[in-house]
Amino acid sequence: MTMAGPGGAGGARVQIEGVHKAFGLDGRSTPALIDVSLEVQAGELLCLLGPSGCGKSTLLNIVAGFIPPTRGRVRVDGAPIAGPGPERGVVFQEYALFPWLTVAQNVEFGPRLMGVPAARRREVVARYLDMVGLREHATKFPVQLSGGMKQRVAIARALANNPSIVLMDEPFGALDAQTREVMQEELSRIQRVEHKTIVFVTHSIREAVYLADRIVVMTSSPGRVKDVFTIKLPDARDRFAAEFTRYESEITRVVKEEVAKVRE
Amino acid sequence: MSTVTDLVQWGLRGAPLPRRRALALRLGAVLAFLGLWSLASGLVVLLGLFNPIFLAGPWRVLGKVAALAVNGLLWGHVAATLERVAVGFATGAVLALGLGLPAGRLVRNVLEPIVEILRPVPPLAMLPLFIVWVGIGETSKIAFITYATFFPMFLTTVHAVQHVDPLLLRAATSLGARRARLFFRVVLPAALPEILTGIRLGVALSFFVIVISEFIGAEEGLGYLINDGRNFFLVEQMLGAAIVLGFLGYGGNGLVVLLERRWLRWERPPTS
Repeated sequence: MTMAGPGGAGGARVQIEGVHKAFGLDGRSTPALIDVSLEVQAGELLCLLGPSGCGKSTLLNIVAGFIPPTRGRVRVDGAPIAGPGPERGVVFQEYALFPWLTVAQNVEFGPRLMGVPAARRREVVARYLDMVGLREHATKFPVQLSGGMKQRVAIARALANNPSIVLMDEPFGALDAQTREVMQEELSRIQRVEHKTIVFVTHSIREAVYLADRIVVMTSSPGRVKDVFTIKLPDARDRFAAEFTRYESEITRVVKEEVAKVRE
Repeated sequence: MSTVTDLVQWGLRGAPLPRRRALALRLGAVLAFLGLWSLASGLVVLLGLFNPIFLAGPWRVLGKVAALAVNGLLWGHVAATLERVAVGFATGAVLALGLGLPAGRLVRNVLEPIVEILRPVPPLAMLPLFIVWVGIGETSKIAFITYATFFPMFLTTVHAVQHVDPLLLRAATSLGARRARLFFRVVLPAALPEILTGIRLGVALSFFVIVISEFIGAEEGLGYLINDGRNFFLVEQMLGAAIVLGFLGYGGNGLVVLLERRWLRWERPPTS
């Protein structure tokens, strides 16, 4: 996929400008992010890639509005963000489903808050449950689902709220290797239909090359933008294609430098 | 056997017994208890260990309960106890939830230390004080139950609200929930299991303290019946009233369990 989504809705959806983040009390604070500036284009899937502790999740949490930046600012569709909001959907590594709601009720949560009428809500729920292949599990509770199924529900829940961007924080990090690849394929398939603007945090290079339109490699702690790769591969990707492997090894080289730095 | 908790239970305790066998075992245990009790009281009579009036057999105790039920005396006492428990507990619950649920950081920091200081004081230690303050009548009995049940329910409620998984709050706010709706649709249901545990504690505690407050200056109630039995040496009446109290407490607990089954179905949904 190219940068812009359907209908040529080009332009930056998210603008991250000079964001710094330091944790701890002043005087003894440790920097987590230093001067991060990024733009996320409408309809693109952007991967934030880096070794653990590089601040990629911190950056995502700032965009989500869960934590404020120490300096700098983030604008979504031109408006500065103030706290979390429904225009920025979030998918968490730990799923964060509401355990007291059924699968369908979880997906319905956002539309219901927005006051979407019941008939329309039913359509939305059916559409997104179909999309993630969970229609026949609609009346189950989260405790009855496997990890992969839970994450499908979480993705359906985020999409059903029709956010202008979706933030995914290592969403497949807790899944086993096989389920993980299946979920990557599902997300790639969904993205080919939905053309959402997605920021996807991962430390898996393979995952990033498989999913991303652009990959932002971050330095190890404190996090800075180290390099940006535009992935020019077909929408439906083949993990064994020569091109794929080339990207993988190129990015691996860049990431390795950072991992080595942590070891020092 | 779909959930992890089920599997863990299974791993620790083996497969659950089939329903009918479990029921049979329970019934058997009750019958065995009655049998042992009969045996003990029978031996006392047979061997002349001590005056059998001290340990009446189960059938005589149950007979006494039946007699009181038939002549109607029992019901007035049961009603008096239940009314005090219901009003006292309900007031305690309303206060505990009313103060505990909205307890933000401020309320928490102001109230919690006070409650924590008062909590280790056994509620029964305060009973004489209640009588001095409120008098010996109905009000002091009800107020006493309210006082005794408030603490566990308040503390569990505050704790439950305080410990709602922050991830769920993040998920809800990024789906557009704020303020009242965040509270009613996320905080409350997330805190409910622990709140219900507190309520169950409160119910048990109200039956615990009502008996003692009925020992003092009551003209009816099961506690009065026990105390009256002591004054007139009616061991059967004492044991009988205690058993009825046991059943009432069991029933009260059963009501909370019923609520838990209905409201917390999501914790152990029926396997489909």
